[in-house]
Amino acid sequence: MIELAFVLAAPFATALLLALFGHRRGAAEINSAGSLLTLLAAGFLTMRVISEGPMTLFDQQFFVDPLNVFLIALTALVGFTTSLFSRPYMRVEHDHGRLSAARLRLYHSMFQMFMCTMLVALSTNNLGILWVAMETATLTTVLLVALYRTPASLEAAWKYFILCGVGIAQALFGTILVYFAAERVLGHEGGALLWTHLDAVKTQLEPTVLSLAFVFLFVGYGTKTGLVPLHNWLPDAHAEGPTPVSAVLSGLLLNVALYAIIRCKVLVDGALETHFAGNLMIVFGLLTVVVPAFYLSRTKDVKRLFGYSSIEHMGLITFAFGMGGPVASFAGLLHMTVHSLTKSAIFFAVGHAAQMAGTQIIDDIKGLLKQSPTIGWGLMLGTLAILGMPPFGVFTSEFMILTTAIKYYPWATPILLTALGVAFAAMFGKVQGMVFGEPSVQPLSHNPALLPVFIHLGLVLMLGLWIPPYLADWYRQAARLIG
Amino acid sequence: MNPSLIHAIPLSGQVINLCAAIMLLLGFAMLSQRRVLTLINLFMLQGLVLFVSTLIVALTTGQSHLLWSAGLTLILKVFALPYILHRLIRRLSVKWDIETLLNIPTIMLIGIALVVIAFNVAQPISQLSGTITRATIGIALACVLLAFLMLITRSKAVPQVIAFLAMENALFFAATSATYGMPMVVELGIALDVMVGMVILGVFFFQIREQFDSLDIRHMERIRDE
Repeated sequence: MIELAFVLAAPFATALLLALFGHRRGAAEINSAGSLLTLLAAGFLTMRVISEGPMTLFDQQFFVDPLNVFLIALTALVGFTTSLFSRPYMRVEHDHGRLSAARLRLYHSMFQMFMCTMLVALSTNNLGILWVAMETATLTTVLLVALYRTPASLEAAWKYFILCGVGIAQALFGTILVYFAAERVLGHEGGALLWTHLDAVKTQLEPTVLSLAFVFLFVGYGTKTGLVPLHNWLPDAHAEGPTPVSAVLSGLLLNVALYAIIRCKVLVDGALETHFAGNLMIVFGLLTVVVPAFYLSRTKDVKRLFGYSSIEHMGLITFAFGMGGPVASFAGLLHMTVHSLTKSAIFFAVGHAAQMAGTQIIDDIKGLLKQSPTIGWGLMLGTLAILGMPPFGVFTSEFMILTTAIKYYPWATPILLTALGVAFAAMFGKVQGMVFGEPSVQPLSHNPALLPVFIHLGLVLMLGLWIPPYLADWYRQAARLIG
Repeated sequence: MNPSLIHAIPLSGQVINLCAAIMLLLGFAMLSQRRVLTLINLFMLQGLVLFVSTLIVALTTGQSHLLWSAGLTLILKVFALPYILHRLIRRLSVKWDIETLLNIPTIMLIGIALVVIAFNVAQPISQLSGTITRATIGIALACVLLAFLMLITRSKAVPQVIAFLAMENALFFAATSATYGMPMVVELGIALDVMVGMVILGVFFFQIREQFDSLDIRHMERIRDE
């Protein structure tokens, strides 16, 4: 109980503290310390759940089970490493005169607030609070995306706000419908929005209402996951915000939105006893894998490139959860983990590369390897990992997804393989040009923090070669929960 | 209509149905309104109708938390948000702005089609509902879709935000008509989000105008993949 309180209170308190002192010299250190505290609390919470099993807390408003505790741990970990990366990154931005001290204060405070809202969204038992937390996450990230106040960043933030605000309003209507269906079974006072209660009575919920509710919830949270055709905000928001924000958007926020969909899917599957929700996810998942693959080759901005790649991977995970079953759900969870780790590592490397080159245009970044071998190798290895090269973990999860698809949905396999092939060709060529060749880049004014990049890639490599037994067991439990 | 049918609905139910009809009418009025100032007043009126209907549901059903919800609606949607919007358009000096809306008749026709769709979609839910306001679920959904349409057809920042807020109004209306309102903690959270969002956007307006010399979103559209 005390662990979860710490997980939620640490980022919130840090956000308040940084709202006051975020412009002072030690702000980046406070930011990292707060994130470290969150990570430690999340670690203890995880150990508690492993030893004692799922639990509900705080008058049943919060709960932790194998599915969300693994995402809480992942969120806290990536939040911490991103705060480490952000320290030198933001100093360089400050030196270049792109950010004033007041903006840095806003950045630090909102970064922690954003972490807090994601952790609330993951741990809450109340579907209404889940919605509120997702909306607050949107608001904090709108501020972060618009941090530079350039025309392009304002446009990206506006697009992000309008698209996600509208999308998430649909999710609210879906939540109202779920509440409506649940109220008839659970009564008015019985906590009809609490997920654990809903899960207990899911077979009695009205199927017509729940299927309608799922459509709205899927559109709503799907917008935030970046599913095609409502993905337009994502590349802009990734390209125009500061890079640490791109890293947490890709690595964490998309996962949290997908988590919301999965939670709702469990309820709908119980009520419907058909594969309606799964089919919806398969179709839109496939679409989301295919469409961005063809945008990749046309992209000129390196952060947009990896933004599109994130959309593609979200599509793949949605497809995996849509298929369902122990293997596909296991693969989906594994892919969530490795994508989150790899993509944030890539953004760390890309951030410093763009700072060295003074631009985000791919053609103008050359010879990273000669100027700074660590950044060059970090970017190259990260790209190979995200493209699904063995022995990295992405290969393992993609292999599992593909083999399941061959068995149950053979028609989808060639589509997936083509999209992955096109993505490989487009991205590898572009990254090769950035890494090799004669340098066009300048060294940085502060030493880059590249430890996070290699920690992440090391973890991804480990997950590709050997998944620790307790982690595998944990994934299996979560996969059983999803069904 | 058969007179006995009218008697079957109690007075409170009839008033709520009236409110729902006014909501829908206001939805159409906002869809075709070109003046920013009038748009804000229409939005305020919509908030007022929402307040009245929530209050009547609260009084007739004795759901005490709905009273709080009605109070929240009154403070937020009738006073606070319109006040902020009025101040904003005064300080941005867009008070007398008139937006050029192309094809108002076409937009209205699409709106009518949306209402028909909304009624069809809401049909199964209305039949299941036991609340006194069940007939209004279709109207609530129609209002959501109309606000959505308004958001798509507008190109200026302030009307877009009003459309967003109108959508939120319609969602609240849906919640009261289908289920007698969401739990209090959720409603408070949503209200807080709307409030914070409004403040953030208010700051945004100034920055957008500073950067683009206009609040017209069409001036943006610079980011593109070549």
